[in-house]
Amino acid sequence: MQPKQSKRERRKLGREKLQRIIEMCKSVEERSLDPFLIDVNEILSVVREYFPEWELPEDLCLDAETIHSLASVIKLQSEWVKHRSTSLYTDPFLLKEKLTSLDKEEIIKIFFKVWHPIVEMEQISIHSLAEALKYWQNLPPLKDRWKEASPTGIETGVATRNELVKQRILLDRAFSEELENFWQQLKKLVKEKGENGKIRYWDFIGAETYEETVQRAFMTSFLVTYGYATMEVYPLEEEIYIKPYEKQVTKIREKQMVSIPVAVTKEEWMKWKDGEKNG
Amino acid sequence: MGKRKAYYTAKIKRATHLLFYQRHKKPGVKGWDLRRALGSDYPKVLKILDNYLKALDLQVKTVFEEGRAPEKPTLEQLDKARFYITLRGELTPKEAKMIGWRIDDLAGLAITISYIISKKGKAPRKEVEELLRDKLPGWKVGVNIDRYIRYGYITQDENEQLYLDWRTRTEVDQKALVDLLLSAEAEP
Repeated sequence: MQPKQSKRERRKLGREKLQRIIEMCKSVEERSLDPFLIDVNEILSVVREYFPEWELPEDLCLDAETIHSLASVIKLQSEWVKHRSTSLYTDPFLLKEKLTSLDKEEIIKIFFKVWHPIVEMEQISIHSLAEALKYWQNLPPLKDRWKEASPTGIETGVATRNELVKQRILLDRAFSEELENFWQQLKKLVKEKGENGKIRYWDFIGAETYEETVQRAFMTSFLVTYGYATMEVYPLEEEIYIKPYEKQVTKIREKQMVSIPVAVTKEEWMKWKDGEKNG
Repeated sequence: MGKRKAYYTAKIKRATHLLFYQRHKKPGVKGWDLRRALGSDYPKVLKILDNYLKALDLQVKTVFEEGRAPEKPTLEQLDKARFYITLRGELTPKEAKMIGWRIDDLAGLAITISYIISKKGKAPRKEVEELLRDKLPGWKVGVNIDRYIRYGYITQDENEQLYLDWRTRTEVDQKALVDLLLSAEAEP
């Protein structure tokens, strides 16, 4: 009985070894590790050692899969050698070192020498023009679109001030007082962390929790609407800055007002928070 | 005007329209589209156009499917290649700002591209992010990489590996970039 059991154990061990080899080859392939970490001769000897044990089709498939994974690694090794022999070969460590030691201006100077951007002119196509025309023809006149919606009946009830404060509809302090404090906070933060009298929108509204961040974004919108601050939007650079006024600007309401939608999603907040953590 | 000259003048006009105005999502025109529109002597038309563009500091850029430009491309290779109009010389930092690039973001792009080249055209996103964090504020790193992907400078697979994409192959002289970076002296 003993030798039979040991044969079973040997098969089990062999399967485990082949699985490990496959995993190792896969990780080299997927995580772009050095393909020469794999000792091809050693692996071949393991495959050869266990090959006579395999009788079941599953085991033979495992054996074939191991050889296939190994072949992929050998292909990577061959590409590696080819790349090393081309003029584009650079030691990544050496280059990393260089990139770290050079300052931004130096890197930019170099990049300008080798960067030849494409000249592109976007144009409206006949198809989009036809779509636009169709849309225009189906668009109801302004007087129809801006009709006031008739009010719907809502059952009314009574709520105490404390209940409204609890639901965060009312604040326990007067709103204007709250807004003034928030404005002072913005001015202080701009002095400490801002540049040219302004601060990045997310650096101002971003807080420890998502709820607090939304609350700050909500308050910020009032700062801008009531003329305590202004927003600078750079669409191409995808940057928004918030800039406090020294004194409240009341004339702002006489100008044409524009709305700037800013998405304060949980994903954006997490991205900002990760960025903060990583410095 | 001679018949021959008139013939090429008309062809150059047509080639200019095709190459300058973007007709699809990606700019540039495939060789076989040019062949259809300009005739089989389109490589000659492009050569004349390229000469015209010299004075404007622009050029006709050919990007071959195989990546590297063959010494003497065959007609088949040209048909499969993509043609673009690019800047011939260099931009100044001020001009780059005018076309919507911040200096920081361009430095990030240069670092990303050169690092991927040094890693044989494929680098884990995490490594690139780590490298960029050295020069850019942490919160901008991910945003910038996503932007480079959106513009077609790099691409990313499901394992978060970054590769060079079509725009880098068209706009950036990769060999010169690496050579210049390696030969640059850091200021003390």
